[in-house]
Amino acid sequence: MLGYIFRRLAISIPTLLVLIVLSFVLMHAAPGGPFTSERPLPPEVLANIEAKYGLDKPLIAQIFNYIGGIVTSFDFGPSFKYKDRSVNDIIASGFPITLTYGFLSFIVAFVVGCALGVAAALKKNSWLDYFAVGISIGAQVLPNFVMAPILVIIFTLWLGWLPGGGWNNGHWANIIMPVIALSTSYMASIARLTRSSMLEVMNTNFIRTAQAKGLPAHVIVRKHALKPALLPVISYLGPTFVAMITGSVIVDVYFSTGGIGQAYVNSALTRDYAVMMGITILIGALTILFNLVVDILYAWIDPKIRY
Amino acid sequence: MLNKNIFLSTVVGAALLSAPSFAAKMHPETGEKLADDQTFTYRLLDEHSSVDPQIVEDVSGSEVVRNLFEGLYNQDNYGNLVPGVALSHEVSADKQTYTFKLRQDAKWSDGKPVTAGDFVFAWQRASDPKTASPYAWYVELMSLENAKAIIDGEKTPSELGVKAIDDHTLEVKLSVPLPYFPLMTTHSTTFPSPKWAIDAHGADWTKPGNIVSNGAYVLSEHKPQEQAVLVRNENYWDNANTIIDKVVTLVINDENVALTRYKAGELDRTEVPAGQYPSLKEQYPDQAIAFPRLCNYYYTFNLSDSGPEFFKDVRVRKALAYSLDRNVITERVLQGGQFPAYTFTPAVTAGFEVPGVEYAGLSQKERDAKAMELMAEAGYSKDNPLKFNLVYNTSEGHKKIAIAMTQMWKQKLGVEVTMNNMEWKTFLNERGNQNFELARGAWCGDYNEASTFLDLLTTASGYNDGKYSNAEVDQLMADAKTADNAQPNYTRVEEIVAGEMPVIPIYHYTNVYMMDANLKNWPVENAEQNWYAKNLYKVAD
Repeated sequence: MLGYIFRRLAISIPTLLVLIVLSFVLMHAAPGGPFTSERPLPPEVLANIEAKYGLDKPLIAQIFNYIGGIVTSFDFGPSFKYKDRSVNDIIASGFPITLTYGFLSFIVAFVVGCALGVAAALKKNSWLDYFAVGISIGAQVLPNFVMAPILVIIFTLWLGWLPGGGWNNGHWANIIMPVIALSTSYMASIARLTRSSMLEVMNTNFIRTAQAKGLPAHVIVRKHALKPALLPVISYLGPTFVAMITGSVIVDVYFSTGGIGQAYVNSALTRDYAVMMGITILIGALTILFNLVVDILYAWIDPKIRY
Repeated sequence: MLNKNIFLSTVVGAALLSAPSFAAKMHPETGEKLADDQTFTYRLLDEHSSVDPQIVEDVSGSEVVRNLFEGLYNQDNYGNLVPGVALSHEVSADKQTYTFKLRQDAKWSDGKPVTAGDFVFAWQRASDPKTASPYAWYVELMSLENAKAIIDGEKTPSELGVKAIDDHTLEVKLSVPLPYFPLMTTHSTTFPSPKWAIDAHGADWTKPGNIVSNGAYVLSEHKPQEQAVLVRNENYWDNANTIIDKVVTLVINDENVALTRYKAGELDRTEVPAGQYPSLKEQYPDQAIAFPRLCNYYYTFNLSDSGPEFFKDVRVRKALAYSLDRNVITERVLQGGQFPAYTFTPAVTAGFEVPGVEYAGLSQKERDAKAMELMAEAGYSKDNPLKFNLVYNTSEGHKKIAIAMTQMWKQKLGVEVTMNNMEWKTFLNERGNQNFELARGAWCGDYNEASTFLDLLTTASGYNDGKYSNAEVDQLMADAKTADNAQPNYTRVEEIVAGEMPVIPIYHYTNVYMMDANLKNWPVENAEQNWYAKNLYKVAD
């Protein structure tokens, strides 16, 4: 097992390198640059700026400098747009925010989604099933860019209970709406996945055997059914977890949380190369890490899998 | 002198002591009852690029900088110059040397006096290739002696035409006479910067705690992408007359979200999304406001070699420009009090008299008839329609206007237009490389004078993406730089432009805001919208 983990971690280094080089080249291939603006800079001014950021060097030299900076001093470079801050500053200020609301949303989506899914599967075709399925379909078809403004109109404008946006150092009142907006559609997917996989498991022979033995229903579910039923859910959770903790543009735009989701999209639009690279690498590294975590969880849950 | 200083400090000290009690008081001039909470909160579309005066390049960043720092001159509510750090200036006979007298009582937020040396340092810093300021071109535009050579790396920043005669006398040497030079000193690039703080903290000097500023406010808090908080600079020379205690900027990307938060009372000012002004005005007559802004909106023909042949025919260009019913665009599409444009320069521009260009005087019906005539002369008809591509940067607002335009052209002239939209940077790249036929353009004045617009139409302008070139226009604009009265030149240029139509002026902008009715003294008549939080105040309900 340990050997497997080391092997996976070792492979992740070339994977990340390929990711860096590919994104670097693709980004530079996009038309325009960080200093293309409505009022084009005079060539001498542009030359000074490009020299300052090393953009006057050939692309290959830029890639080497960039990777060198990361390896030797964990320096992801300066932001071309927010000139008072480095990429490290931007990630350091935005990522904790994204992580907070993303992690909370994940917990909510997972707990509520699983509970709804299991309940629906156990009471198949009852009012509870219809209710759970209804909620999950409703949540699925209501995208968060519709949900977010509706929440603001209800809770901020009509009821006046919650602030319409901002982060306020992670005050609970500022977190509620982002978490609801981000978690609902994931919750719906988890509920549906759990329900169908639970239904499948409940019809297998080993569950029938357990029922024939006369085990109480709650023991069957807890001890025998839940683990196998969660397997497909877990493979879904890995990438979902990364997607949630690396932020949502919608949440950042509608609730002005200051997370990195918005920074990521903006960096692409403004060709803020360094910021875009920094966040790409962060997301890449997290994706690799959590895919590994999922694989380990698999081995732990499913005795059939051995590494 | 000593006595005077003691007297001054007593007066200032007394004023400082009395300052906090403003909150429960009346306005000293108008007598209005002031609100207890003097916090001004407004929306920013996007995080400001920097609060370093020589580095900042975006409008919202410049607004923050203008509240943190103070340059030689400020603007009053009408855009006229009023003393900032400078009390007055003298101009030499050849109009190339300006000598500014600086006030004795100006102080930085750390208590150090603001000196002429701080301006020299800042201006040299702006031109220094090492600073790599995106606004280095502004120093060139100011025509400071040696500016271009320094930016080119041929001379050192110390050779820039600016010198501290003593702590309170600043001498500026220009390479050419520039009548509007003093107007340019209200721009953030020219604000002083504190050498000692920059030396001590390097690039981190603009962070709260490190930053030292000489304006009415200091930066106390900055949460990137969320908010910045500015509080009173107790050392500011006019602190006693400042009423707003705190300025808060909230970054809210989406204007509809911002409007909702405004309605929830979280903001004192926000922009009105396109098309919503009439209904908001009805619902909140004292809060929805619209007033002229120093910007134009136009479409430019590609007249370069890579441009299509048919646009080189002036009849086609004129026909397209004439047949646009601008009133439909301003009154039906934009609905924010914008002004139909027949000249490139907005009417609100200071000292600019709108010339009566020929087509502006016609009725739309007459213009349409003329357009059809011109189009027929150029050889186009419904059977042989003109076809071209129009490009704009992706945005709902631009799209609505483009649709209206193409419909008018189709109905009146039978022209078939293909609309393309591009993401902003791609759009700039394509337009800048003349890969277009007809492209959207807009320009906001760098300073309040017609040349900031009309220079765009000169051959040498780096912003002339349509590559229009007319020797007479070039000459008129060059002469205007040093003319005592440039209006005749501007009138003539506008007439030439209306005759040759290298661009289609469409409308002149307005600012359309929702603004708290209790917030007073917003400079609606300052076309550049150089506003200073220190001049605002909030009255009690």
